[in-house]
Amino acid sequence: MLMSSPKVTLLSGNEAVAQGAYEAGVVYASAYPGTPSTEILETLCKFRDDVIAEWAPNEKVAFESALGASIAGGRALAAMKMVGVNVAADPLFSAAYSGVNGGLVLVSADDPGLHSSQNEQDNRHYAPFMKIPMLEPSDSQESKDMMKAAFDISENFDTPVLFRMTTRICHSKSLVHLGKRQEGPRRLCPLNLTKFDVVPALARRHRVRLEARLKRLAEYSETCEFNRIEWNGPKIGIVTSGIAYQYAREVFADTASYLKLGFTHPLPVRLIRDFASKVEVLYVVEELDPYLEDFIRQQGITCIGKEKIPRIFELDPAIVARALLGREPETIRADMSPVVPRPPVLCAGCPHRGFFYELGKLARRRSVVISGDIGCYTLGGNEPLKALDLCICMGAGPSMAHGAQKVFNKFGDGTRVVATIGDSTFFHTGIASLMNAVYNKSNTITCILDNRITGMTGQQDNPGSGTTLQGESTPPIDIEAVVRALGVRHVRVISPMDLTHVQETLTWAFDLDEASVIIVRWPCVLKKLDREERDEYTHKAKFMTVVEEHCSGCRMCLNVGCPAVSFDRATGKARIDPNACNGCSVCAQVCKWSAVVNGDSANA
Amino acid sequence: MRETTSLFLVGVGGQGTVLVTAILSKGLVAAGYDVKMAEVHGMSQRGGSVSTQVRYGDAVYSPIVGRGGADALVAFETMEALRWIEYLKPGGKVIVNDFRIASAPILMGQRDYPDNVLDILKACADTTVIEASDIAVEIGNPRVMNLVLFGALVESAALSAIDWEPVIRSSVKPAFLEMNLAAFRAGRNAVSPGEPERPARKTPRKKIVKESK
Ligand SMILES: Cc1ncc(C[n+]2csc(CCOP(=O)(O)OP(=O)(O)O)c2C)c(N)n1
Repeated sequence: MLMSSPKVTLLSGNEAVAQGAYEAGVVYASAYPGTPSTEILETLCKFRDDVIAEWAPNEKVAFESALGASIAGGRALAAMKMVGVNVAADPLFSAAYSGVNGGLVLVSADDPGLHSSQNEQDNRHYAPFMKIPMLEPSDSQESKDMMKAAFDISENFDTPVLFRMTTRICHSKSLVHLGKRQEGPRRLCPLNLTKFDVVPALARRHRVRLEARLKRLAEYSETCEFNRIEWNGPKIGIVTSGIAYQYAREVFADTASYLKLGFTHPLPVRLIRDFASKVEVLYVVEELDPYLEDFIRQQGITCIGKEKIPRIFELDPAIVARALLGREPETIRADMSPVVPRPPVLCAGCPHRGFFYELGKLARRRSVVISGDIGCYTLGGNEPLKALDLCICMGAGPSMAHGAQKVFNKFGDGTRVVATIGDSTFFHTGIASLMNAVYNKSNTITCILDNRITGMTGQQDNPGSGTTLQGESTPPIDIEAVVRALGVRHVRVISPMDLTHVQETLTWAFDLDEASVIIVRWPCVLKKLDREERDEYTHKAKFMTVVEEHCSGCRMCLNVGCPAVSFDRATGKARIDPNACNGCSVCAQVCKWSAVVNGDSANA
Repeated sequence: MRETTSLFLVGVGGQGTVLVTAILSKGLVAAGYDVKMAEVHGMSQRGGSVSTQVRYGDAVYSPIVGRGGADALVAFETMEALRWIEYLKPGGKVIVNDFRIASAPILMGQRDYPDNVLDILKACADTTVIEASDIAVEIGNPRVMNLVLFGALVESAALSAIDWEPVIRSSVKPAFLEMNLAAFRAGRNAVSPGEPERPARKTPRKKIVKESK
């Protein structure tokens, strides 16, 4: 049993990965936030003296920066959520050809169950696709140990390494033994940099080398310490990796033998064959796609896997037990019908609210398609605001809007397309999307919801916020100047707290026949404001209140969807929770009866 | 060999379940248990339903349990207890805060907050109802409700052998320490009023366990 000591501590998988990278002597790390990966850089940035840790505007840039750091001779890491790897895929595929100098590790944090993601892709497939080695930890200690090993593997085999985690690994805590940092010997930047110049002639040579490297990695996989057998007799054999190992262990305990795979690309053919030959039944327990299973079947080995174990959503011990043992969990039966859903909502005082309220009103009167993007503002599509139609991936708002607008214009049906995009998303990939609309002469209306921070993932700084990840102040990118430099001639900057002004500005944009941009600026309510921001962005009231005699019970104020505003069915009046309200007054502006007033003065 | 025990904590974003989970796991580690803890970040900040799990024993494998796997369910908000009840083992314990937070459809006047949740819970599980909000307000800060519930959990889940106060001391800001300790003690007393007197003499000894509505 582990005893608590300063050297043994509970860490999340993300913290352990950061600790492992630190101990391995990483000198440079870059990431774009994204659940469940965000805390990796938020932890690494604290090792200020030893590690340069940065937020990049997107994942491609993060990986490329890490590659540059590796070329210069430092151990480098890039981290991202799984969809971020799609964004970074271009440099990754080629870095697999070029190889590295300092060890280079890419963390992909997958999200089985779509806790906070737009899809459920299984990024293990990237490893064979990119032809790079892959590690999959199954708890925090392994996250640390494997991260240290990943840097060695990267350097020994001259390749980037894919480090694949999942939500339950990233966000669960388990005990970790802490170690000391070891500065690797400085790897001098090679004088001959041509290996990183993947012109076709060289890339062809790399291509051949790549196959040879994979063969060596496959050999390594056979004896790698992270691929191990836990032998408990021949009755049942289970091949498993990642969090699924813990679930299998929980269900089968010592009644089964395990082939626990941690180095999962290339897979150890001989080890698998040997294990399979010794057991009577072979189960493959893995979350999401049949990645291990397909490989095992390709070797002509019979196994039981996805015909029993679900291939979608997260597993847990109960699901594994039901699938393989037919054991239905005993549960408490209760009448669940009274339970009311609790969907996420925009916070009280959220600057997105007033804007979406007005946009929704306008969209109900005209033929409008609202091409949204990913961030808190995606909640603008929910009841009661209902002012967002599309959301596909980061940066797609303005570009989908452009394509749609072109076709609506061609058909001459008068539909207008409005794009809504957050500040962080604009920096991520929105700039190129907007550029496309200007260059190709669209008349889309792009609304940049500039809440001065990356909200959805929990208040990360971005190029517009004026501060770096390690807390240095830096010139904030001026969104308006960027937009004008792209050639947008019609630009307005407005506050979302003045609904009349929002409405007028939207009308102005609808009357234009060229691309226009509305920058809707007000900081996120959760953002810690500096003094300057406090002076600029303060509400008149601390909180609002309903004057009951004036309230007609019309429920108009409920249409802004604020969690501080409720309707009391008993009195037939609206009510505002003074503790939740932050005085933004959006509800007061939609009240026709002037029944919502400044709470401070009402009390006076 | 100590069997693995699984605790399931549920609530609404912002209620302080994360702090309680942190204190709980820290204390369990200090007491020599293997501990795993799972939480899902993401939508919690936006008023969504949140859940965390803590599992402890001699050797813990999975950080989570599935349906029917938890030995105790601690609900910081009343309706959340029912939302997650399926995760409780038959025979497991429910510790539920008699405290309501309306969700969006209720705020909008589309649905009523259900009145019968506590009755349903009592009918299907060994349920302890805690008036954590009243107790916290009496102590002087509604926000220490989470420590009241933690105190109740410690008594209900037979964790009172662990010395929790140093763990709490190292987990909260010094300015709020006394209040948090008072809340913790009050929560314990709410479940086991017969416990030997603890240092918290000031703690009101009023009957806080609500029998039924
Ligand atoms: C490619 C990709 N990377 C990261 C994410 C995770 N993610 C979702 S929303 C978001 C931030 C959005 O910030 P912003 O555009 O400023 O909008 P806000 O949430 O502040 O309203 C991030 C990083 C993602 N969904 N896709």
